[in-house]
Amino acid sequence: MTAKYAAVKPKRVKMRGENVTVFYGNKQALHGVTLDIAANKVTALIGPSGCGKSTFLRCLNRMNDTIEGARVEGVITLDGEDIYAPDIDVVELRARVGMVFQRPNPFPKSIYDNVAYGPRIHGLTKNRAELDEIVEKSLKSAGLFDEVKDRLHDAGTGLSGGQQQRLCIARAIAVSPEVILMDEPCSALDPIATARIEELIDDLRKNYTIAIVTHSMQQAARVSQYTAMFHLGSLVEMGETKIIFTSPKERRTQDYITGRFG
Amino acid sequence: MSVGAGIENNMPGGGAQAAALGACSAGDPAGRRRDIGLKRRYRAEKRFRFYGIAAIVFGLFFLVLLLWSIFAHGFGAFWQTTITLPVALEAQVIDPDNRLAAEPQSVSDPHFLAMIDYPLLLRRALAQKLGVAADDRAAMREIGQMISPSARGQMRRFLGANPQAIGTVQTIRFLASANVDAAFKGQINFSLPQDKRKISDRQRQWITLLSKEGLLHKSFNTGLFTRPASANAESSGLAVALIGSFYIILIVLVLALPIGVITAIYLEEYAGKNGFTDMIEVNINNLAAVPSIVFGILGLSVFINFLGLPRSASLVGGLVLSLMTLPTIIIAARVALQAVPVSIRAAALGLGASHTQTVFHHVLPLAAPGILTGTIIGLARALGETAPLLLIGMVAFIANYPHSPLDPATALPVQIYMWAGEAERSFVERSSAAIIVLLAILTLMNVTAVFLRRRFEKRQ
Repeated sequence: MTAKYAAVKPKRVKMRGENVTVFYGNKQALHGVTLDIAANKVTALIGPSGCGKSTFLRCLNRMNDTIEGARVEGVITLDGEDIYAPDIDVVELRARVGMVFQRPNPFPKSIYDNVAYGPRIHGLTKNRAELDEIVEKSLKSAGLFDEVKDRLHDAGTGLSGGQQQRLCIARAIAVSPEVILMDEPCSALDPIATARIEELIDDLRKNYTIAIVTHSMQQAARVSQYTAMFHLGSLVEMGETKIIFTSPKERRTQDYITGRFG
Repeated sequence: MSVGAGIENNMPGGGAQAAALGACSAGDPAGRRRDIGLKRRYRAEKRFRFYGIAAIVFGLFFLVLLLWSIFAHGFGAFWQTTITLPVALEAQVIDPDNRLAAEPQSVSDPHFLAMIDYPLLLRRALAQKLGVAADDRAAMREIGQMISPSARGQMRRFLGANPQAIGTVQTIRFLASANVDAAFKGQINFSLPQDKRKISDRQRQWITLLSKEGLLHKSFNTGLFTRPASANAESSGLAVALIGSFYIILIVLVLALPIGVITAIYLEEYAGKNGFTDMIEVNINNLAAVPSIVFGILGLSVFINFLGLPRSASLVGGLVLSLMTLPTIIIAARVALQAVPVSIRAAALGLGASHTQTVFHHVLPLAAPGILTGTIIGLARALGETAPLLLIGMVAFIANYPHSPLDPATALPVQIYMWAGEAERSFVERSSAAIIVLLAILTLMNVTAVFLRRRFEKRQ
């Protein structure tokens, strides 16, 4: 496994997992996964349901800490720094590694307050004008501003599903994270909304490092530069997306991509 | 698999299914359809609907019966009969020893004012109006029974404030006795023989005479809300009970709500899951089921006997009922906190909000409507609770308004209990009126809860 991984090592690594093992109670969900997340690239994590790809993603900003009985072993680094080290504050980590979830989960507050929440709690702005600016910039980056600029103070929950998910992306980038983790961000959306989010992901790559879990092979092929294939809690194969999709080394990857299992 | 392909893939499948269905019905020569028990299923549904409606009608019937009986009994108590009479404030009755001539300042002496025979003044005024000779002692006694004893205090306060009125004739309006009140409201059965009823034939004639002359009035009974306890039904009111209940509810709100909510938040959001917290949880659930009288015994032994707090005080009542309400609020708040979607917590934590920020910025506001409902239910239960208050001595005849929660007081349900135990008909009427007042306050609280809940939910 180490040999395969070394062959496709990305040039600039933002986050690295080494021998990551996760237990939920007595159940082992990840078996020693070693994986690099390349800086300013989109890394797609694919694999059948229950293969551990979401679990791995949730380790990257320590969201697994919130699950009762979850235990993470191995080393995960952000810019070479162990994020599970005792001197790392999880709140600060999550401000650097943001997350977008499977279902759009805007706060039951106004669109403005949704985006402004992160900058507010982290004290990123000195005055209202700066905050307004961040909100506008984030909404523009998420491609939502033109649709909502006249109703910033309406409830965020009143938007359509796709708009809500873009609002969640705007909310995540409002705190200027370095990495954005996306856990099947389009699984609850229709094809048109999905296409918009995919375009957005491609735009965001310039400024952020992105790791995305997806069930759609097409999506992985369209948006990512690197793809990691998971199966039964282990990393099967990791490589440049075009290579993984055209000439995978592993039989299981081939079978999964061509729809023989999954 | 692209979405376009998915649609194409589905189409043939759907077509095949439709074709299969068509083939099935066409292939059956007799055109019969399978018996899948539709009739039986619809019958079962109809039967269930009937049971449901029957149950609701049954429940509504008893609710209407209850409300009707309470209102029919208690409505009359919201009106009270008064007599308006010109009363001669004769100097020789007021001041038989001619003390005022010697020392005029003694008119403000409480002792002097207390010694005056006010009922005699009122009896004479009434006798004069009714054309009864002042020396007909039997008639004068019957006249005296028509006047509420509370008129005495009223006259004393009047004279104390207006000493210059001595020797003049003043038009004074005073309460009629409870029996006159009942007769005037048509509640006395005059077909009974005279010695079996509270109003004699002669008194009945006088009442008719007075009412013809327009001297007998029924007016809204403000005294029901402003007067303290009294031995006479016509002059007894709910004031002490209302003040007592107000103090109690305030204390319960101030103590049980914050303690309950903080407990619920800690147990739900911070405390680890272990044997100790499990034990706490089991005990809270058990406490919610403890009979209220047990809390009364606890209050008696802890607050009164051990801590030495005053007996009959609304402070102790409030403390006891806070203890009783706490489990209700904790359980309701925990359920409300559990009902907050995990996705909202994840969203906040994912943005780098701390645990406490997540709880107070997102979880608690979303749980607020549920917590509010639980609190109002708890308060309503505390407002209607009687048994624990009996044990801490809040069942007492209290004629002075409580100025603080440390003063002796009663509470609304206890007042109902006390009045319902009186033999006199007018007290029973008042007891139903007190129930109406209690129900009105409870309804008001529930309406407030619904209103607040709507506002909370709209804000989100």
